Amino acid sequence: MSSSDFLFDVPGPRAKRRIRIATVASVLVGAALLVLALVQFGSHGQLAFGRWRPLGTWPIISYLLQGLGGTALAAALSTVLAGALGLLLAFARVSGPRPVAFLARAYMEVIRVLPGLLLIYVVLFALPPLGLEMSPLWMVVTAITVYRATQFGEIFRSGILSLDRGQGEAALALGMSKSGAMRHVIFPQALRRVTPSLVGQLAGIVKDTAFGYLVSYADLLFLGKTLSNYNHLLIQTYLVIALVYFLVNFGLSRLARWLEARERRSGRSAVLATDPDEDLVVPPVPGAEHEPEAELAAADAAEWELAEEVERLDEIPQRTKLDGR
Amino acid sequence: MSQLTESLGDFGDGLLTTVELAGASFLGAVVVALVVVTCRIVPVRPLRLFGTAYVELFQSIPLLLWLALVFFALPEIGVEFSGFASVVLASSLYQGSYYAEAIRTGVNSVSKGQAEAARALGMSTRQLLTTIVLPQAFRTTVQPLTNVTITLVLETALAATVGLLDLTEAANRINFRTAEPILVYTGAGLCYAAMAVVISTIGGRLERKMVIHR
Repeated sequence: MSSSDFLFDVPGPRAKRRIRIATVASVLVGAALLVLALVQFGSHGQLAFGRWRPLGTWPIISYLLQGLGGTALAAALSTVLAGALGLLLAFARVSGPRPVAFLARAYMEVIRVLPGLLLIYVVLFALPPLGLEMSPLWMVVTAITVYRATQFGEIFRSGILSLDRGQGEAALALGMSKSGAMRHVIFPQALRRVTPSLVGQLAGIVKDTAFGYLVSYADLLFLGKTLSNYNHLLIQTYLVIALVYFLVNFGLSRLARWLEARERRSGRSAVLATDPDEDLVVPPVPGAEHEPEAELAAADAAEWELAEEVERLDEIPQRTKLDGR
Repeated sequence: MSQLTESLGDFGDGLLTTVELAGASFLGAVVVALVVVTCRIVPVRPLRLFGTAYVELFQSIPLLLWLALVFFALPEIGVEFSGFASVVLASSLYQGSYYAEAIRTGVNSVSKGQAEAARALGMSTRQLLTTIVLPQAFRTTVQPLTNVTITLVLETALAATVGLLDLTEAANRINFRTAEPILVYTGAGLCYAAMAVVISTIGGRLERKMVIHR
């Protein structure tokens, strides 16, 4: 049971009876709805064995597998490209010179408020007259990359910002260059923290590839549509396709959740491991004896920063679910 | 000149359709979300199972496929909807799962001690929910709900695929007529951006109104 259990008191005898009644009633209602759906299917002849059997034959299975392959290819290409572009955007925003950071931010803010579908149509209708012709695969990949790069950028950025600032400062103090510190110290840690969100994005990208339907790219949905035009098993084909999408994305979201749980476990233990040391450090710096008020203010500010960082950390897993579409 | 007025007319129609679709889908999605969230938190096992399964199922399958199922496949078993109703239905069911997740995350973010304290004061479950948990949950939920709502508006663009003249479809048509892709798609993009800005402004206001200064 979930963590929202605390909303309800431990049930007494009366509440227990009510819960039992509600359980039985909800099962009955569910069963009734199921029967209703089956009757509706049956009365239109959609339950006939002959209308489902073809979907279990090898030619059709291999055809749909081909579609799944198309979906996987488009998703893989988009993930790699959007990941790379997202990385550049994140670096540009975090440590680029000001104009570059501004451009990266502008890009992210603008794309975020445009529908993915509009981007597909821009690639489909607006680019060819300008001399940019693409194959259907690259139309899908381009539109998804342009759009998903902003999400990857946001994820990488929040990962980098969620790290303790001391990490970067320590690396610089040890004589690393700025880019060296990013490469060897900051980025590897940030990447570990955001891995669950990245996997969550993958599920979103798999769903995005359904845009292949609009540009006649041979993805799962488009091949399903083609198949149903040919065999007239419309509802059966679409339901099978829906099942395939469900299995793929359910697997991905499970993976993301597992990674998240693992990360949280290791994160907690890591924090505990460094905690005792913190009392030992910070000998008073000579010449830094300021007024107590200023020190208090500084401590306050540090606390705020910490709280903010904790908040940002909390935000990441939430993004997995909310933006992983 | 007539081409210009015609184009502007299409654009206006499209914008209006998009706003109508978004408004109707928003209401539908909120209703769906409230039902699903209720199912997920009541202590009745089959309902919880249903709520969890609903969210997993709807979030795993592309909205485009849901729309195809509603618009193209359901008529096969004698359930027919108009294009507009199909988009609103598919969009409500699909986005409802995201609203539900956002609300549930908010409810779970209220610390357990709050509920325990309310219990200790002798509050009933109804009082506990309406005066303690939900107001606090709503406060942390405004930001995610705003984001989900923006996505909802943007994704009504799928209406173009079932032949509705929404903003995206209007842009396509005007582009075919005038062959001015840059102008036309920039205009459509600006309209979507304006809607997103309006929604996030409203969300920001709400959030600022409810923030607690400690």
